[in-house]
Amino acid sequence: MLNKAKTTLLALALTVSFGAQAAEITGAGASFVYPAMSKWSADYNKATKNKVNYQSIGSGGGIAQIKAGTVDFGSSDAPLKVGDLQASGLAQFPSVMGAVVPVINVPGVKPGSVKLTGPIIAEIFLGKITNWNDPGIAAVNPGVVFPALKITVVHRSDGSGTTFNFVNYLSKVNVDWRNKVGEGTSVKWPVGIGGKGNEGVAAYTKQIKGAIGYVELSYAITNKLNYTAVRNRAGNFIVPSKDSIKAAAASAEWNDVKDFSLVITDAPGDQAYPISATNFILMYKTPKNAQRSKESLAFFDWVYTNGDAAAENLGYVALPAELTKSIKAYWAANIK
Amino acid sequence: MTLTLSQKRTHLDGRNDKLFKWAVAAAGFFVLISLFAAAAMMFKGGFDAFSTFGFKFLTSTNWDPVQRDFGALVPIYGTVVTSFIAVLLAVPISFGIAIFLTELAPNWLRMPVASAIELLAGIPSIIYGMWGLFILVPLLGEHVFPWLDANLGVWPIIGALFQGPPLGVGMGTAGLVLAIMIIPFIASVMREVFLTVPTQLKESAYALGSTTTEVVWNIVLPYTRSAVIGGIFLGLGRALGETMAVTFVLGNAHRLTASLLEPGNSIAATIANEFSEADSEIYLSSLIGLGFLLFVVTFIVLSIAKLMLRSLNKREGN
Repeated sequence: MLNKAKTTLLALALTVSFGAQAAEITGAGASFVYPAMSKWSADYNKATKNKVNYQSIGSGGGIAQIKAGTVDFGSSDAPLKVGDLQASGLAQFPSVMGAVVPVINVPGVKPGSVKLTGPIIAEIFLGKITNWNDPGIAAVNPGVVFPALKITVVHRSDGSGTTFNFVNYLSKVNVDWRNKVGEGTSVKWPVGIGGKGNEGVAAYTKQIKGAIGYVELSYAITNKLNYTAVRNRAGNFIVPSKDSIKAAAASAEWNDVKDFSLVITDAPGDQAYPISATNFILMYKTPKNAQRSKESLAFFDWVYTNGDAAAENLGYVALPAELTKSIKAYWAANIK
Repeated sequence: MTLTLSQKRTHLDGRNDKLFKWAVAAAGFFVLISLFAAAAMMFKGGFDAFSTFGFKFLTSTNWDPVQRDFGALVPIYGTVVTSFIAVLLAVPISFGIAIFLTELAPNWLRMPVASAIELLAGIPSIIYGMWGLFILVPLLGEHVFPWLDANLGVWPIIGALFQGPPLGVGMGTAGLVLAIMIIPFIASVMREVFLTVPTQLKESAYALGSTTTEVVWNIVLPYTRSAVIGGIFLGLGRALGETMAVTFVLGNAHRLTASLLEPGNSIAATIANEFSEADSEIYLSSLIGLGFLLFVVTFIVLSIAKLMLRSLNKREGN
């Protein structure tokens, strides 16, 4: 009788411990990273049987959820400021990168032939440059003939991390933009029309002659939009690509900031694409449930080691190796 | 025994009657309670915005998430204008459909067209939005808007409505898509009520030598007037609150313009677009406050309709 009870207990204990092993963690936040998260969590589930459930509710929602403690990790396209992180006891680290690219619809102009500078983009989006035959545009595009065509600005109508990185860049390169409009996931646009989501901006840009918009690189490629090169801080015109985005992340001054609280737009590298973007993960430094926190870190550890190919197939760019190394050191030092 | 049985019966019936009364009363009050609860919650959510901006929330055209300064005039204006255009376009067409189906169409055609209308009513609004964006917008942008700008835009006063860049998106496009969306609602209500007109009335009119037009105007329409207006306002209610289809073709720009060819914004579209990334308390509160204002706008519009109907009835002596 006693023996039988013991075996039952043992069996019970085994089931419980097995239950604990096939863990399920939850995250919520930015929609930018959602396709990569779904692919990663599916692959991770295949490799380890553990589940990651990510809800794409927007950066604002992700920050609110992690602060409320209802998820194991939050995700935001804009880094939180160090003071804010300290006040709420959160740690922050980058997950994956992408780029925001200006896309244009100018009939008669060859795809990939147009170059723009940050100040020119800012003046277009401020409504100061209103025609494609503007001498300012012609000056940086020798050999390209622009038609006399009114420029129609297309921006996002919904709040988004794409917008945040784009206007953050414009604020860095144009004082007027910084003073009149500023930066945020949504701003008060001086001119233009708003499309919902990357797909909305892509659709408007495709349909309106003379349009200029901004979308994530992968949308520009899949929608076959004409995207431009942008002049970086070093003075070179850079076409957005895996290499130029990696160059931006590698040259960004990560060591000058705490908690990776850095927007990598206008990065200093020679070959850095200037409107590169990073997604950030938020987790508690002293989590209520240490086990789930460990499992979340295990997931991101797996992502840094095994997730590059999946992310890059979806149009993201994986973090450079030095950066993931310092992220792991940051985990060891900060997250219990 | 029979007496007790009948007594029992009476007793039971009385109780069932009471139960039934309470059940239906609860159903009736459910509407009131949920309406007031929703309105109260939205008022509470938007209170922060109302108290911060005061009356300026209604009159300001500024919508600046960075400076955290919000005004609702642009979305309110956009909501009212797009819905008004929608009703203006949808009512005559729906009326035509309903009259054709009840009075003029050959019998074999009535059923297929009537079912087609009901199917149209069931199409999800995002499909209308995508159709508007991918088919209607380029068509209007290339052919209709430039023509309107060149021909009507030069007229005095009303010309201001038709001046603008040939984008294809804007308040006019949104009104057009909304009109197509609410036609099935209005048309099917009109068809149903036109069918209720007693044949004797119509036949008497025909016997007195009336033409079909006269029968429609003097018999069918007066007989069904209040139900027809009810159907129109059902469509208007849907137009006021429509979100997805509008946001696809409206242009979503927080700017106040008279022109129908320029982009604008609507209450429902603003909330749908900006809710998920509203990153400050006052931003969120302003969006919920907008929701409350949609309640108020709808209430005002429906009240005006009821008053109109009452004064019409009075004039007729009913």
